[in-house]
Amino acid sequence: MIGLVLRRLLLGLTSVALVSIIIFAGVEALPGDACTAFLEREAEGKRLENCRADLGLDRPAVARFVGWVGGAVRGDFGVSADGQKSIAEIVGMRARNSLVLAATAAVIGIPLAVFLGVITALWRDRHVDICVSAVAIFAMTIPEFVSATLLILIFSVWLDWLPGVVLVSADVPVQDLLEEIVLPVIAVTMVLTAHILRMVRTSVIEVMASDYVQMARLKGVPYWQMVFRHVLPNALLPAINVIALTIAWLLGGLVVIEVVFNYPGLGRLMIDAISDRDLPVVQAIALILALVYVGVNLAADLLTMLANPRLRTMYTRRS
Amino acid sequence: MSSPAASLAAPRPSALLRAAGVVRDIASRPSGAIGLALVTMHVVLAFASPWVAPYDYKAISSALMLKGPSAAHWLGTDHLGRDVLSRTLLGGREALLVTAIATPIAVAWGGFLGILVGLVGGRLDDVLMRVVDAFLSLPKILFVLTAAVVFGTGAEVLVPTLGFFYGIPVIRIARAATHDVVARDFVTAARARGHPRLIIISRELIPNVRDALLVEGAMRWSWMLLTFSSLSFLGFGVSPPTPDWGLMISDARGFMAFAPWAVLAPVVALSSLIIGINLTADAFAKALGIDRAQKVPGT
Repeated sequence: MIGLVLRRLLLGLTSVALVSIIIFAGVEALPGDACTAFLEREAEGKRLENCRADLGLDRPAVARFVGWVGGAVRGDFGVSADGQKSIAEIVGMRARNSLVLAATAAVIGIPLAVFLGVITALWRDRHVDICVSAVAIFAMTIPEFVSATLLILIFSVWLDWLPGVVLVSADVPVQDLLEEIVLPVIAVTMVLTAHILRMVRTSVIEVMASDYVQMARLKGVPYWQMVFRHVLPNALLPAINVIALTIAWLLGGLVVIEVVFNYPGLGRLMIDAISDRDLPVVQAIALILALVYVGVNLAADLLTMLANPRLRTMYTRRS
Repeated sequence: MSSPAASLAAPRPSALLRAAGVVRDIASRPSGAIGLALVTMHVVLAFASPWVAPYDYKAISSALMLKGPSAAHWLGTDHLGRDVLSRTLLGGREALLVTAIATPIAVAWGGFLGILVGLVGGRLDDVLMRVVDAFLSLPKILFVLTAAVVFGTGAEVLVPTLGFFYGIPVIRIARAATHDVVARDFVTAARARGHPRLIIISRELIPNVRDALLVEGAMRWSWMLLTFSSLSFLGFGVSPPTPDWGLMISDARGFMAFAPWAVLAPVVALSSLIIGINLTADAFAKALGIDRAQKVPGT
């Protein structure tokens, strides 16, 4: 069992290592570097050389990669392209804000999705299912910026209930942030809930059709006891992985939602950094996003392994 | 008397007939019929819009700024006095063109590589799948945005970029579909006959994996459209004054309180196209008998 966990951890570490290589190589392959971006038109001759020497860009790529990774492990991502602020400082607060947004949405969305998923599966093809599923398909297919814009139009412009844009700066305390983020949270929750609810629904329907549920029915187990004891544990276990993948996938959607609501999070910082060609910041954000993705998936896998006695032994044969 | 040779020689339904059957199957499902109608409408409009649009999409008029719907301007005008109906009609062309070229590219290269590693396996397979996992751990919009900023935002940049990055998850799908086929007798037989890999891929594997890839392509198309519109919403897609739904929504957002029609028109157009593609893709999957129920978004 411990060997299994260690193996899974090693796999996660391999992914992170590969991602960091891809990020570094990707930025390396792009024309220009931090110095040409910073100096813009004046980037030539002596000034360029001096700037590169200052930032250590004249070292070979492998040395810089090792330096970057070494720093990142200690939480030091270097300085931004204009050389003014430390990246860890800029990114830290933004990461916290994105985390607040994502965590709030997850805390509301995951239980809601599981509840609705089970309801729609148990009352499959009835009115509840048709209504909820239709809304869910709508929520998960239309682009995030469209649903976010519609939310602003309805709740902020027409009804005037909630603020449409977040106006606080990046470093306010969390409680001040919470008052402002109702609409962004709704926008994120909608997409998150829709995806997870579809998966839970399918999973419950599959389990309901399985032999052991048939058996329980034939034995005369009362309906709700059958649902809670036989169906849900088996249906929700695979959902853990799906929830993890959905959360990880949402990181991309978060970028757009943050821009729509002017939310001071990691996603907006990423867009700004890319537009400014602030490559060190882009590298740092990309690495953080990848770490979150790998971390969430790792946690889900470990959780599934711990919860499922069959997987505990089955996975030993696969890598 | 029926010899095996006779049954082999029996004419197979032509590809065209089979396609017609699949389309009929899609149209026979309520959601599929709605989806197909929406997609057809959008494709027809994309071709016909230059002749259908009542006004010049870039004609600016200070007298007509933010006017509501009227007999002359059915969907009103935007903050520069441009006709919203004309711009909405034209607003999907760039998105449809770029994604319609990039989707086949993504499915083709991702599909081929996936089939190849699915067949070959071994070390190559291990290494490649780790790299694919690594790529999937980053949001695609990060790659696409970076490419757009560094290389420009024209179709000549977006088509290869979208085609490349959306092909990566296809590798996984094609590989999984190939694993289901590779173990079967006819592949073993082909291997025993000593056919080279390329022949096995083209004669045995591609015909059997094709359906899964087609369905995958249909889904990828809608995701790619989503990314494309997000990109122009963020200001990295088409350049003004070219009308594009994402860009129109982004422009009109600031005037939402005075002119909601300028936001709603492109919102409805874009949503109806994406929902149409999704419904069609789902019905398409069912028509081909492919279960995508457990499909996870974005992978």
